[in-house]
Formats: sequence, structure tokens, C-alpha cells
Amino acid sequence: MLIKSPPPKLLTEAHATPESAYVSRRTLIKGVGAGIGGLLLARNAQALDLFGADKPQAAPRKPLDFAADKPAPELALTPEAKVTTHNNFYEFGTGKTDPAEHSQQLKTEPWTLTVEGEVEKPGTVDVWKLMGEIGLEERIYRMRCVEAWSMVIPWVGFELGKFLKRFAPTSRAKYVAFETLYDPEQMPGQRNRYVGGGVDYPYVEGLRMDEAMHPLSILSVGLYGKTLPPQNGAPIRLVVPWKYGFKGIKSIVKIKLVEHMPPTSWNKLAPQEYGFFANVNPAVDHPRWSQASERFIGPGGLFSVKRQPTLPFNGYAEEVASLYSGMDLKKFY
Amino acid sequence: MAGSVKKTAWRKRLAIALQICVHIGALLPLLWLFVAVNDGRLGGDPVKELIHYLGMGTLRLLLLTLLVSPFARALHFGQLNRLRRPLGLWCFTWATLHFSAWLALDLGLDWSLIGTELVKRTYILLGFSAWLILFALAITSLPALMRRMRKNWKKLHGLLYPVVLLACWHFWWSVKSGWIEPAIYFAIALVLLVWRRDSISRWFASLRSS
Repeated sequence: MLIKSPPPKLLTEAHATPESAYVSRRTLIKGVGAGIGGLLLARNAQALDLFGADKPQAAPRKPLDFAADKPAPELALTPEAKVTTHNNFYEFGTGKTDPAEHSQQLKTEPWTLTVEGEVEKPGTVDVWKLMGEIGLEERIYRMRCVEAWSMVIPWVGFELGKFLKRFAPTSRAKYVAFETLYDPEQMPGQRNRYVGGGVDYPYVEGLRMDEAMHPLSILSVGLYGKTLPPQNGAPIRLVVPWKYGFKGIKSIVKIKLVEHMPPTSWNKLAPQEYGFFANVNPAVDHPRWSQASERFIGPGGLFSVKRQPTLPFNGYAEEVASLYSGMDLKKFY
Repeated sequence: MAGSVKKTAWRKRLAIALQICVHIGALLPLLWLFVAVNDGRLGGDPVKELIHYLGMGTLRLLLLTLLVSPFARALHFGQLNRLRRPLGLWCFTWATLHFSAWLALDLGLDWSLIGTELVKRTYILLGFSAWLILFALAITSLPALMRRMRKNWKKLHGLLYPVVLLACWHFWWSVKSGWIEPAIYFAIALVLLVWRRDSISRWFASLRSS
């Protein structure tokens, strides 16, 4: 079999990127204090906010126990307040602040996740119980949105591959299909096509089996040491750091292992703009904007946001480029 | 006789009051925007929202500008036409802020990227063309230039009609999903243009005669 190695440019740029991030870890127990302090701060901020009358009380977040990731100097974190107020979660509206404003009442507890399809041991797990027993770890990843902005987020979660193995995938399992909660009562975007941006709900996503089993792919249950806020996909979401953010399906209720490539929401909506693979690729533009560079959302105000070059596979080429050897990534975008 | 003088004076005052309303109405949202951005009200990364807000404001001002003449004629209220100049200039101001936000905040004044994006992305080219026309219309709004241009001034300012269509088209092609909102704006624009079809055909005729 002919195995094509990626062009040398990919390798060079991959070396420049911070993969040391997840190599070594130390254990860190987060106190309850941080969580309560955060809540108090939020409440005070609301009292002082001139426009705050319609701001809902933030959903409470619980501290998590996890193995901390080693911070990499190249991956300066995006402040928590920005990670939790700038979201795409069309089930709660298409504006960037809509999810934070309209999702706080989402009932995330209890929450079950069903794994079915091409597995020997299908089952349903209690996500909150799972958080306590599976052994959580922190992963500091860059998140590159297809809209050409990026953040660096300290996720807390576990490897998707290890989790899937519990259900014993069969040899016919070639793809993994994911599904978000469908609950129009709780999700205004599912009730109203206009609010939901015309997306066909429930939101669905998919990975090829080897992508799902890759150690970089995680199911996240928290960020910044606490459980996820609803706007970031509570209580459980997918994070695949070398793919555009829309692959990171939120508030997952079902995972199905399948033989054929499953449909994915954005691909269904605009196939000429969003592919199944959606690997971060500076060489393939979105029809309406360049993907060669991105705005990094870091600390500081509006004018401190800088554009930086986008890296192939979002800087994770060294780990994942081999998954796509021989594939024409301009065709399979 | 006295009654009609009174009526004229009253209408003049109303027109001035409306003019003040235009200024306040166009300025207040910009002040709100400034406060909202500083307050974190537009979220962690306000750039997209900021650009969108400014673009929508421009489009609404454009449609409002288009509404003035037919209303003035329908109500036999010629003084209303005094609103066109401030509305048009505010429209240009909003368009300039919209364009500048894209240049500086979204693309970070990366001129080579700006150049390629302008050429490659049709919707950006549409928006840019609309802005260039608005720029020409704003400059020629100076009273001295207005007088000197005479008939040509009307010809030039008829370009407002294609600008409205360019702006709607720009909006239509720029949205990521959901065609309903741009379709509504397109429909409103078409209704307004059809309402003004006489002026438009006169404008076309004047272009051909020169």
C-alpha cells in the first residue's frame, strides 16, 4: 500500500506548535471556593450592570477533580469570561451572546447518554455519575472556529476512544454519529426556524472511527476546572482540536456507531461550505472568507485582538496528519 | 391666508423637530454601542456583533432615506425632504464605521489580506462598491458642490437606488445561515423602489439623455 507522507511544510509548521501541552500532568484538586466566588462575582456584576435587568442568573457550575494539564507558554489561555459569553449554540439563537443569555435554564441534571449501533454492549450511562468515576483530565487546546477566530480553552474531560471501547465496537463500526438533545420546550432555536438559523434539528455530527479513537479526541464535561456552563454544551460535549469548532457537538444525548458516513448538520445546511471532515486547513478557504489566518481571542479589549496564521490541522498536524495520508484535503474539506 | 401661513410655520417647525430626531436617532445607537462594547454586553468577542450591528443600522438608514420623498409627496409636505440630507450623511457615517470595523477589527489592517478578500469575496466587493458610491454621494452633499453640479448632482444621487440593492445583496450573501431576515429587507427595498418607480425611470431617462 502506498503511504504518502504529508508535504514538508506541514511538518515544519507542526513543529512550531505547542503539543507539549498534554504530555505531562500533575494532579490538582480544585477547591469549592473558586466556584462560589465566581457566582458571587457574577451576582455583584449584575447588580452594577446598567442593562442587567434581563440578564438571567447563571446556571451553577460544580468544581471537578481532574489531572491538570501542563500549561504551554505558546498557548496563552482565553479568559473564562470570554469562553463563556462568545458561543455558537444555535439551539439558543444565532447571536454570539444568545446562548449565554438563553440557556441558563437548561435542565442538565439528570442527563443520560446512550451508546448504541455497532457495539457488542450497548448501554445508557448517567453522565454525572460517569464524571465521578472515569478519571478526568485537563486538556488545554486551541479551538479554531470555522468563522476564523480561535480561543485557547482548558477543557476537562476524558478520551472518547477509551470511553467507546467500554461498549466493545464491532468490526462494522466505521463511523461514530453524535446527536444533541432535541427538546423544543427548552431550546427556542428548535421551536422556531428563524431563531435556530434554519438548522435541521436535532444537531448531528460525526467522526470516522480512527478520528474518534485518536487520543486527542475527548468528550468534555468541564472547562476552567468546573462543569460546563450550558452555553458551552453542558453537561457533555465533543472536542476534536484539529477540526473546526462546529464538529464539537454540544449537550450530547446519543452516540451511535455506524457502518456508513453519517449526515452532519452544517454539511446538510451548506454542503459547498462545510464538509464532513472539516479539518482546520489554512490552504482551503471558506467560500466567503480566508482560512489562512484567524483572530485569536485572548485577554484584553477589542483592539488587542490580533490576527495570527492558522496552522494546518490547527497545530496538531504532527499527531493527526497521518490519518489523512493520501487524501485530497481540498476535495475532502 | 393667515391660516396657511400658520400651517407653513407649523410644518417648518415639525420638519426641524424631525431633523433633530434623525440626528438623535442615528447617534444614540452609536453611543449605546460604545457603552455596550466596553461593558462586555456584546460578549467575549464583540467584533462580529459590532460589524453586524453597524451593517444593519446602515441598511435601515438607507431604507429610511428612500422613504422620505414618497412620504413628502403623499402628504404634500415638501419640508420633509430636508430630512434626506442628514439621513444620507448618517447612512454614510454608519457605512464607514461598518467598513472600518471590518478593516481594522476583523482583518487587523492586514492590507494584503484585505486586498485579496476584496477581490475574492463577491459579497465584500458588493458592500465595498456600495460604500464607494455612498462616499461620492456624501462628498457631493456639500452645498457649494451641490450648486456647481446642477443637473449632474441629481444624476449622481440617483445612484442611491442601486446602492440599496447592492446593500441588500451584500447582506443576503454574507449570512451564514437563515435567509429569512435578508429576504425581509430585500422585500422592503423592492417595495420602496417600486413605489418610487416614476422617479427611477426619470433618473434612467436623464442618464440616457446625457
